[in-house]
Amino acid sequence: MKIHEYQGKEILKSYGIPIQDGYVIDNIEDAQLTINKVQKEFDTEAVVVKAQIHAGGRGKGGGVKFSPSTESALENCNNMVGMNLITHQTGPEGQKVRKVYITEALDIKKEFYCAITLDRARSKDVFMVSSEGGVEIEEVAKEMPEKIIKTWIDPLVGMKSFHAQKLALGLGLAGEAYKETVKVFIKMYKCYMGTDASIVEINPLILTTDEKIVALDAKFNFDGNALFRHNDIAELRDVHEENPTEIEASKFNLNYIKLDGNVGCMVNGAGLAMATMDIIKLAGGDPANFLDVGGAASAETVKNGFKIILSDDHVKAILINIFGGIVRCDRVANGVIDAVEELGLKVPVVVRLEGTNSQEAKKILSESGLDIIPANDMKDAAKKVVDAAINN
Amino acid sequence: MSILVNKNSKVIVQGITGSEGTFHSKQMIEYGTKIVAGVTPGKGGLDAVDGKIPVFNSVEEAKIETSANVSIIFVPPPFAADAIIEASEANIELVVCITEGVPVHDMLKAKRIIDQKGTRLIGPNCPGIITVDECKLGIMPGFICEKGKIGVLSKSGTLTYEAIGQLVNAGLGQTTAIGIGGDPIIGTTMIEVLELFEKDNETDGVVLIGEIGGQMENEAARWVKENMSKPVVGFIAGQTAPPGRRMGHAGAIVSGGNDTAEAKMQIMTDCGISVCESVADIGNNMKKALTQ
Repeated sequence: MKIHEYQGKEILKSYGIPIQDGYVIDNIEDAQLTINKVQKEFDTEAVVVKAQIHAGGRGKGGGVKFSPSTESALENCNNMVGMNLITHQTGPEGQKVRKVYITEALDIKKEFYCAITLDRARSKDVFMVSSEGGVEIEEVAKEMPEKIIKTWIDPLVGMKSFHAQKLALGLGLAGEAYKETVKVFIKMYKCYMGTDASIVEINPLILTTDEKIVALDAKFNFDGNALFRHNDIAELRDVHEENPTEIEASKFNLNYIKLDGNVGCMVNGAGLAMATMDIIKLAGGDPANFLDVGGAASAETVKNGFKIILSDDHVKAILINIFGGIVRCDRVANGVIDAVEELGLKVPVVVRLEGTNSQEAKKILSESGLDIIPANDMKDAAKKVVDAAINN
Repeated sequence: MSILVNKNSKVIVQGITGSEGTFHSKQMIEYGTKIVAGVTPGKGGLDAVDGKIPVFNSVEEAKIETSANVSIIFVPPPFAADAIIEASEANIELVVCITEGVPVHDMLKAKRIIDQKGTRLIGPNCPGIITVDECKLGIMPGFICEKGKIGVLSKSGTLTYEAIGQLVNAGLGQTTAIGIGGDPIIGTTMIEVLELFEKDNETDGVVLIGEIGGQMENEAARWVKENMSKPVVGFIAGQTAPPGRRMGHAGAIVSGGNDTAEAKMQIMTDCGISVCESVADIGNNMKKALTQ
């Protein structure tokens, strides 16, 4: 689960990490007062106006504006609240800006990158820093991999001073700034562990002209499976940043991801669902979604799955691909019939049922009198559904 | 032979009195798995699964009473990592964790602990293991398998069944099928399973099914090139998955580097694995690979 910058900074602050502070507004009428409040509280004329969306690349997309005066700050707020911000991460459709963060402006001497995340291959957390802050770390990794310093942390030992010292020295820091940075790194690790984060990234962490270390941005991603023990973090979820159909699907315990194609699919199991999308593509079509209905595909789940898929107007045909293990195919077949009788056959439906009681299931479908297209295997199913989508 | 489990494996079910635990214990017993005990803290002294299986309060107790060597875990996600550590502390040799949704930070610690102890863990978030006609540990449908000479190794559940179904249609039975799990941190890697299949006299070839995310398939491919004498047929799910999205499995996410389906398929091909572009080709490609 992702959160906004202002929320992430509040978390960093609660762990004692100095942040570039400010206040967030979601209504343009609050802009003037909030700008004045930031100016007064942080003793600064200049402020920074920052669009709050989950996607990265806000600066390049025009979502971060240095504002030297009250007038310019107000103008930037006016432009930003409600704007459709397009970055390389939002896709061409962009993301509507609902919240704007007005912060103090700081004089930057140096910018650093720092992040903690999981290194899957080593089964350890990795703490990465770079003197090339403020830019995309992927670019640094490609162009100047030697500029990235890493240290791996044994989960049973935790982060020790020597880890943090190695990183801070690697950034070329000395004196007070070095000492401060070591402290910040250790706090960052505590924050990463304490919140069950899958990534904590500060990019950039800055050294100001008066030698202070400050977090200028905060990016968090949390392990959804650990949210049960972090109610405070779960509350930070902003559903406006998510696809409404995906949220609707999650209410039915369906794992749905919307894609750009026109061939809908409903599958049991994540691996088989991905493989089904792939074979639709190979057959010359484009998948409209990923949909894993899970282990217990009942009549109810099939019905809900249909509703979710059909809420996408682009869908021209649907493929149901179920490999019954624990799930009995005859029950799935009855679910399909119930769903079609209730919702109607708005687009052609191809059904492939394999595994437990698949013969009975085929019989049930063929005797139903409904215009459902049966398929024998995945290749057959993919061809039939793509043909149906083209002809519809 | 076969790998990891056989008809002599003596199994404890952790979480046997839960609905999943009870249901799948019945299925496993029906398949012929020797389940000797169940564990549910606070329910020691009772009997589970229609009064057939004695329940103990701890794995340690169950192990002392029954000399079990294998454990399978069906406990809810918040307690699953603890259950793994408990089994390891009780000197269980092989632990299979079916539970989906275990927090990553819990698994990181659990993995370090059991590695030090030398416990073999399969999963979490996996369908389990089946050694055909001998022992079924987990939730795979046993009846789709046929005894034969192919090993199946996969990160996914139903996609494994699909592969087994195709092998059977192509006239190829299986020795052992293993789902290692789709989480970012799992107990046993692809290389470790390939090593076991390579050493197993009864296995003639291996189907390797991976997906987007992580580097495990790439490392496995390089290992195959250096060490594997038996043919390997590979498939990677997620060719059409958008980057940055988690595709059902916690670990199935393209996040940079060579973790796309395309990159993995290329590396596997370069390492001499017969890679299926289409999932429908797994059975036939294995048949071809065996005759070459």
